[in-house]
Formats: sequence, C-alpha cells, structure tokens
Amino acid sequence: MTPWISDFLNWLFRGQSTELIPVADWIAALVNWVVTNFRWLFQLIRWPIGAVLNGIEDFFLWLPPILFLGILGLIAWQFGGRRLAWGSMAALIFVGLMGAWRESMTTLSLVITAVVLCIVVGLPLGIAAARSHRVEGLIRPILDAMQTLPAFVYLVPVVMLFGTGKVPGVIVTFIFAVPPLIRLTNIGIRQVSTEAVEASLAFGSTPNQMLWDVQIPLAMPTILAGVNQSIMLALSMVVIASLIAVEGLGQMVNRGIGRLDVGLAAVGGLGIVVLAVVLDRLTQAMGNPPKDGLTWNERGPIGAIRSLLNRRQVSAKA
Amino acid sequence: MPSSKPKIVLEHLVKIYGDHPQRALKLFRQGGNRDDILEATGHVLGVADVSLTIHEGELFVIMGLSGSGKSTLVRCINRLIQPTSGQILIDGEDVVRFSAERLRELRRTKISMVFQRFGLFPHKTVLENVEYGLKMRGIAAAERRQKAAETLAAVGLEAWGDYLPDNLSGGMQQRVGLARALATDAPIMLMDEAFSALDPLIRRGMQDELMRLQATLKKTIIFISHDIQESLKLGDRVAIMKDGYLVQVGTPEEIITQPADDYIRAFTQDVNRAQVLKTGSIARRTRPFVIGTGPTVAALRQMQDFHREHMYVIDGDGKPIGLLIRDELAAAASRGEVDVSQVMLTDFPTVPAASSLEEIFHIAQADIPLAVVDADGRFRGVIRPFDILAGISTQASPPDPTPPLAPSGDQPVLA
Repeated sequence: MTPWISDFLNWLFRGQSTELIPVADWIAALVNWVVTNFRWLFQLIRWPIGAVLNGIEDFFLWLPPILFLGILGLIAWQFGGRRLAWGSMAALIFVGLMGAWRESMTTLSLVITAVVLCIVVGLPLGIAAARSHRVEGLIRPILDAMQTLPAFVYLVPVVMLFGTGKVPGVIVTFIFAVPPLIRLTNIGIRQVSTEAVEASLAFGSTPNQMLWDVQIPLAMPTILAGVNQSIMLALSMVVIASLIAVEGLGQMVNRGIGRLDVGLAAVGGLGIVVLAVVLDRLTQAMGNPPKDGLTWNERGPIGAIRSLLNRRQVSAKA
Repeated sequence: MPSSKPKIVLEHLVKIYGDHPQRALKLFRQGGNRDDILEATGHVLGVADVSLTIHEGELFVIMGLSGSGKSTLVRCINRLIQPTSGQILIDGEDVVRFSAERLRELRRTKISMVFQRFGLFPHKTVLENVEYGLKMRGIAAAERRQKAAETLAAVGLEAWGDYLPDNLSGGMQQRVGLARALATDAPIMLMDEAFSALDPLIRRGMQDELMRLQATLKKTIIFISHDIQESLKLGDRVAIMKDGYLVQVGTPEEIITQPADDYIRAFTQDVNRAQVLKTGSIARRTRPFVIGTGPTVAALRQMQDFHREHMYVIDGDGKPIGLLIRDELAAAASRGEVDVSQVMLTDFPTVPAASSLEEIFHIAQADIPLAVVDADGRFRGVIRPFDILAGISTQASPPDPTPPLAPSGDQPVLA
C-alpha cells in the first residue's frame, strides 16, 4: 500500500514536467479578461481617488511650512498635550532641514488618501462583520490573503488595471492597510459589554440606534487603534509604491538604492520613520485621551481659549 | 397592597439553549429532566415549564441560586431571550408573537429593566443615561431632559447629572440604573439581581429605597435575587426556582412557615423569622367586649365563660379603647360598679398587624397581651409574648398551655 502511493507521488510530482492544475495560466487568463473587458471600470474608480489625492497634495504643497507646523502643533496639543505638540513640530522641522519637506508632504497626502479610503471601505465592512457571523466568516480568509500575499504579487495586476502613478499607489497601499481596521472594528463592536447591549435593547432601541448610540462609541478606542494600524501599514508600503512611479519619500529610498546612494536612501528612510512616529503618537492620543478628569473642551488650545474668554467675562462683570 | 388583576401571566414557559431546541423540547415533553436532556442532546434546559401569574402593583421576587434559570426567565418577559415554547401574556397579549416593531414599542413604554452590573453607558453622562429610554421613545430633547432631571432628583442624585457614571460609587450608579428604568414611566419593571453587586450596607439602603418608591409608584416589579433574606424582605410574593423548575410560590410567611420541600426548608433555615413574620399572621382572634352592650357583670361572665384573664374593650367602630383584667373586674363588680369604662385600663399596648415580630419585641410585656390593630386602627386580635417566641421557633409549636378553646375563643388568625 504505502510503497505504491510513494511511487505514484514520485511519478506525479517529480516525473511530470507540466503542472496538472494550471493555476498560473488560469489567473493570467482571468486578469487578461478583466483588463480587456473592465478596464473602463477601473479607470472610472481612478477618478475620485485621484481627485482627493491631488486635492490634498496640492493643499499640502501650497501650505506655507510655518502654517503646516502651526496646525500640526495645535492638533497635537489638543489631543495629546504640549509635549506631543513640541515633539511633532520638532520632528517635522528636522525632516524639512534634511531637505525632504516636499517629499514628505507628497507621502503624507498619499497616506492620508489611502487611510481615508480604508475608513470609507473598512468601517462598514467591520460593522457588517460584527453584526453577522456569516459575513465575518466570508471576510476573514480574504483579509488573511490581503495581509499575507506579498505586495509584489498584486502590484502587476494593479498596474495592468490602473496604470502607473499615484492612484494605483493608493490602491496597493489600501489593500495592504485595510485589514487591521476591519478586524479591529469587528472585534471592538463585538467586545462591547453584553449588559450595555442588553440595556440598549431593553429600552427599545433599533439595531441602528444601538449601533450609533452605544456600540460605535464604546468600540471607538479599538476602532481608532485599527486606524492607527492602517496608518502604520500605509507608511510601510511607501517604498513598494515607489516602484510604480509614486513620488515622495519612498522614491528617495528607491532612487538611493538604484544609484547605491546610501545617504539619499537613509534620508528617505528617516523621513518615513519620523512621519510614522508622529502619526502613531497622534492617533494613539486620539484613541486614549489623557485621564486627567478634564473633558475635551477643557483641554488643549480649545480649553485655553475657553478659560481666557471666561476670565474676561468674569473681569468684565467685576 | 397589590390588586388581584393579573398583569403578567406565564404559561408553560420553556427555554432550552442550543442549536436545535425542538429535539430537546420533545425529550423534555416526554419527561426528560435537565441531566437527561444535556446528555442526550447537549442542550441546556434553562426554564422548565414555568407557569406564573403576577398581579398588578405586586413586587414579585424570583429567587434561586446561579443557574436556576431565574435570569433567563426574566429576560424572556421582555424577550431579550426568545423562549422555546409557551406563552407570555402581558395585559392579555402574547408577547412571544410580537413583531420586532411591536416588541420595541413594548420595551419603550411598558417594561423597563435594571441590571446587576448596572448596565450604564460609560460614555454618556448620568443625565444622558437616565433619559435614554425617553430618547428611544422619540421624546423631544428639552422634555426628556426635564423628566430625567426630575427622576434623578427622586433617587437623590440631582447634583450628579453632568458626571460620567465612572465617577460615582456602586450604590449611586445603581440609583442611576433605577432612575433610568423609572424615567420611562413603564408600569412593569424588571430588576435582575439589581442589588447583588453592592456592599451589604448600601444594599440594605437600596432595598429600603425601593420599598419607599414602590409604596407610591405601585409598579409591577419582578425582582430577581439569590438572597433569601432580600427576597423575603422585599417580596409581596416569592417564587423559588431550582434547575429551571419552579419549586414554590407564596408570600414570605408561607415560604417560611410552610416550606414545600427540604430544599426550601434548607434555604429558610438561616432566615431571621422575627423579621419576616408579621404580627398579624400570628395574632389570636379573640372576642372583645363591645362597650355599651352591658354592665360589668356581663363582661365578667363573658370572661369566665371563655376562661380569660384579659379582655379588650372596643368601641362601636371596632377600635380598642381599654383592657379588662379579670381580678380587678371581679372586685369592681362586687363593689357594685356598673360602668365598664370606669374599670378598664386605658393605658394598653397596641401594635399594627403589618409590623414584623422584631419590631414588637420591646413592647411585649410579661403578662399583658398586646392589641393587634389593622391599618384602620380596628381591633384584629391579641398577641402574647409566648406567641412571639413560638412564632420565631423553627420547631413545631408545643401544645397551647391555655385552657381548651371555647367556640369563639383563642385561635390564630392564620393556621
């Protein structure tokens, strides 16, 4: 019995020169068929993504650096406090001094566009997965594939469908970055305490009222952790995206490697790291507000303005 | 006192947990018990053929240990859990057949709920929590805010409306849970182990508070508890569950004086009977002397006929006005006194029938029987120190030392 199977498998796997299941041919044929028949559809998708991306990029490139730093500082102060504000401004100033300001603005706009796309697509999918075991079972293997499939494998079909440039860059970044957001949205909603869910139902909420009033607010820290993960993964795709002619920090790395210019590659790499650290701290602070007993409007620049106004009112009365 | 109008009627309610409950239900109908069903089908019997009638205005306690099916039962009533079989009639309508929309309407207007771990929404302020039910009902923001503030004041938390629940102590959080349930004005309130997570002292305070609120609100309350003391203290009636089955339903006094089986007897062993038993339930119905119906000799003859040392005198409205002592009465009669009101003692102890035995210990004097009066002050009988001791004894009462009973002589009101 056993020797017979062994001989058969030897003949099958080593003796045969062609594959018995021609997966490669099938996929090539499928991609070709989609490209010839549905390229118009993908070109259509290209348009809104391109519009958003170009809008953000043009804005960042137009924005005087001093204003950009000021706004960044205010946002960081509001969500994370003064330390985070000074830290992120110093980090971005460092990037500018390295001569990578324009590139980092381009990369930032690509990351923001990809993450917005992740939220627009990933949040509803995560909610759907949390509400139905069937949807969750359907989505899970797809997410596994998206996270483990090497990016180079889907780089080629994406280029065939979308061409080269920024938009396909956003698409490959999206494929890589969206799974954690879907997963964490799903987990976050499922982990809302049964008593809160029961209380909501017991007072007669509809599924939608419960979702927006109870489940999403209570799942928000987990969902924001998902957004944070998406941002990190999006940044790590920047270098790969540069292979399909996406400009920015990734292109500096790519060019540096091509020319064996260690310095150029390092500047690009450092820029990515700095952006990653700043964005990570900022989104983490959004997900976990400091436990100082203050509400959001008593904190940061908004709190400072409010207390200033209050003081003026008090002194006007007096 | 609760009316006798049925508010909630459960008929042959069964809940079986598992993927294919119908198969397990068949087994249950054929007489399988909890273990049989678990072994044969892997399904868990949660509630086993429970039929109950709960009256309007009643505070009905369902007591049992964890796993007895009490929480499942209460969740079937507002259908947070879908029963496997049986009917749940609320005001005569079978809610098991309700559509999703009618069910929401029921939960918004008719049934509210209080949870063991409070079930507050941690991201909403106390006031927002309290107004949640009103919000679900679609009431305008200003109106519901005002109603929520009023309800919050009723539980003594008016100063805490803008805080988040996490800033409050456990007892205060459950007051918020209670206020949230009260704010919708639903006539039925389900309380799932509402006080079990609280410290003993706070728990007692909350129990008293609930009884105080219930005295004016007169809601139909179903209160789940695993604590026999709490159940007997709060409940107008108490149902005891075990392994999904209903073992006994009765008033607290019935539960401790006539336990249905050893399981309940074991439960009630540690109960402070003096706290549960009401004076009225052990009072002896004796014939009083009605003032104006005869002279002292007539009264004396009555006492001699019934072998009585003491006899109460009542007025025309049935209210006790004096106490006669046989020796003194005999002496007065021989002196030729005629008017009973001149002979009787007017300084005698009275106790309300609704008070617990514990509350009358301090007035139980050696030899004088206490007059028991109902809520309107009318004479209902007497109680002697001996009766109190016999009542709190967990053993069967020894033979009555008083002489044989005449037709209208001493008899306990409740057997």
